[in-house]
Amino acid sequence: MQLSREALLRAYRQMKVIREFEERLHTDIQTGEIAGFTHLYCGQEAVAVGVCEHLSVEDKIVSTHRGHGHCLAKGCDVNGMMKEIWGSREGLCKGKGGSMHIADIDKGMLGANGIVGAGSPIAVGAGIACKIDGKGHVAITFSGDGACNQGTTFEAMNMAVVTKAATIFVFENNHYSEHTGFEYAVGTQRDIASRAEAFGMKVWRGDGTDFFSVFETMREVLEYVRTPGNGPAAVEFDTERFFGHFEGDPQRYRGPGELDRIREFRDCLKNFRKSVTDAGVLDHADLDALDAEVLEAIEESVRQAKAADRPTAEDVLTDVYISY
Amino acid sequence: MPKMMYRDAVVTTIAEEMARDENVVCLGEDIVGGMGTPGGPEAIGGIWSTSTGLFGKFGADRVIDTPISESAIMGAAAGLALSGKRPIAELMFADFIGVSLDQIWNQLAKFRYMFGGKTKCPAVIRMAYGAGYNAAAQHSQAVHQILTGMPGLKVVMPSTPADVKGLLRTAIRDDDPVIFLEHKALYGMSGEVPDDPEYMIPFGHARLSRAGQDVTIVSTGLLLGFCEAVADRLAAEGIGCDVIDLRTTSPLDEETILDSVEVTGRLIVVDEAPPRCSLAGDICALVAEKAFAALKAPPLAVNPPHTPVPFARELESAYLPSVDKIEAAVRKVLAYR
Ligand SMILES: Cc1ncc(C[n+]2csc(CCOP(=O)(O)OP(=O)(O)O)c2C)c(N)n1
Ligand SMILES: [Mg+2]
Repeated sequence: MQLSREALLRAYRQMKVIREFEERLHTDIQTGEIAGFTHLYCGQEAVAVGVCEHLSVEDKIVSTHRGHGHCLAKGCDVNGMMKEIWGSREGLCKGKGGSMHIADIDKGMLGANGIVGAGSPIAVGAGIACKIDGKGHVAITFSGDGACNQGTTFEAMNMAVVTKAATIFVFENNHYSEHTGFEYAVGTQRDIASRAEAFGMKVWRGDGTDFFSVFETMREVLEYVRTPGNGPAAVEFDTERFFGHFEGDPQRYRGPGELDRIREFRDCLKNFRKSVTDAGVLDHADLDALDAEVLEAIEESVRQAKAADRPTAEDVLTDVYISY
Repeated sequence: MPKMMYRDAVVTTIAEEMARDENVVCLGEDIVGGMGTPGGPEAIGGIWSTSTGLFGKFGADRVIDTPISESAIMGAAAGLALSGKRPIAELMFADFIGVSLDQIWNQLAKFRYMFGGKTKCPAVIRMAYGAGYNAAAQHSQAVHQILTGMPGLKVVMPSTPADVKGLLRTAIRDDDPVIFLEHKALYGMSGEVPDDPEYMIPFGHARLSRAGQDVTIVSTGLLLGFCEAVADRLAAEGIGCDVIDLRTTSPLDEETILDSVEVTGRLIVVDEAPPRCSLAGDICALVAEKAFAALKAPPLAVNPPHTPVPFARELESAYLPSVDKIEAAVRKVLAYR
């Protein structure tokens, strides 16, 4: 474990923020106070954090409908995000976008996206911009095992290769696209990375429930893509989603005991805690203190979201070049 | 007549037509649901429950669960239609026409004409549209104005469970590509539905859902119910409204609209899509052109504003036409001069 104590604490805190943010949303959505469609990232935290801990604000990411984790990991403000999801005009997107459209361009977060497969072409453009600027920055697109079947994803992979875009395709394989299993929907024998390879990219694979696997894999991937002349790369992380596809999904497609099993054995936070305490680099008290601090930060974000200004009818007509 | 929900009218009509004609096949994302999962096929249907039970009845060859590949789904529908099948393809959200538009617009819609009439193209493209769920800019749109403007397509917008039945059957048996727009906020609507397995409603025939002498209100889809509510409110004051449910926006029943305006001299058109180049604007222009002499007031279009659909509750409800906004529009037209 080459990471410093500070870096480890930071990574754990980032993952914990995402976890508690999502757990809290899961609870608050039951009350009916939060509108719209919400897709929770719980279970996949190690991917977002293992990727984004390597990035600076100049590096760009493009996200998905399941975007809260990517946003938080890239540095979006917890309070601004909670307010957005609650539909406040003080939210990161003034209550106009909601859960599926959180963006913070200044942070290099080019947007969650409601259209499956829409993100990758955007990341090709951002990756070409990085190449032109020549400062070693990269653009990263997150896609699911469902999004990898979209023509836009195929086009983006080929175009990234031929333009030598500084783009990284991160595939988060959580085994399901909505209610459909990846064994049915992905034709390449349970394997997404091999597709990217066929497009001419160097590919990596890692365990998306293990922060260290993601972090170390990404170190190599980033070193490769940041090197001028190399062009894009792809990586597939095997991971789990702990909640339904969207809030309200009865999840009848899961096997008996599946949710308990993945919560028990495939929980990136539990795995992290075990690794660092077994290795004696952090102790439980360090992590418990962070847990408490994070819970309070999430509580505060909800307090703020509930108290924040609501948008008004006039707000409908702003932020568009012309409205009638 | 039995009572049935709008969504069940979709499923039962598809099932009846699949049983009647083995060339009818369905395809779409999660229309079986559970494929390749521990729960197995039909563990859970599509998100709108508009295909429940079809897989069990008709099997994997005719009920095709697809990957997330809208362009290929629409293209496959086109290829099936050119190969003697009668595909019913589902887009989970109408907004996803963005991903698949070429196959609908440049392929399906144009085959019969471009090929000099040498082919039929019997495909139905079903899609859930409309706002009301705070699903924001990419999952809430009404897209009929885009599709109605495309020569070669027929466009259907049922407002009741009975109309789903009659219009969907007509769509499936039609030899041209038909866009079938189902409003998500109507899926749970219950109503009487004829159980005649031959019940069909011809395209291009609007339905008069309220009759009155003072003003003509034209609409369809979710907003039709809002217009009926306004007509009922005003009836209590002795103001009579003709409420016309278009049922199909292409072909358009010009005659019913013009006949009504000849009597009332006043028109409002209530439309869920943005105002520019809209169905409402189009019908106002039609009436201005063909019933000018009968008009006692300028025709009035009621649309949402020219903005994307916003997320927050307050914003979305300010965005959508409401019963109050429609009533105000009717009063404005009545008060003219
Ligand atoms: C173009 C498009 N098609 C379909 C959908 C509906 N939809 C939203 S998420 C989703 C599944 C995506 O699966 P995956 O890419 O594996 O991401 P995950 O949900 O597992 O994070 C589907 C079908 C959509 N939003 N956009
Ligand atoms: Mg998935």
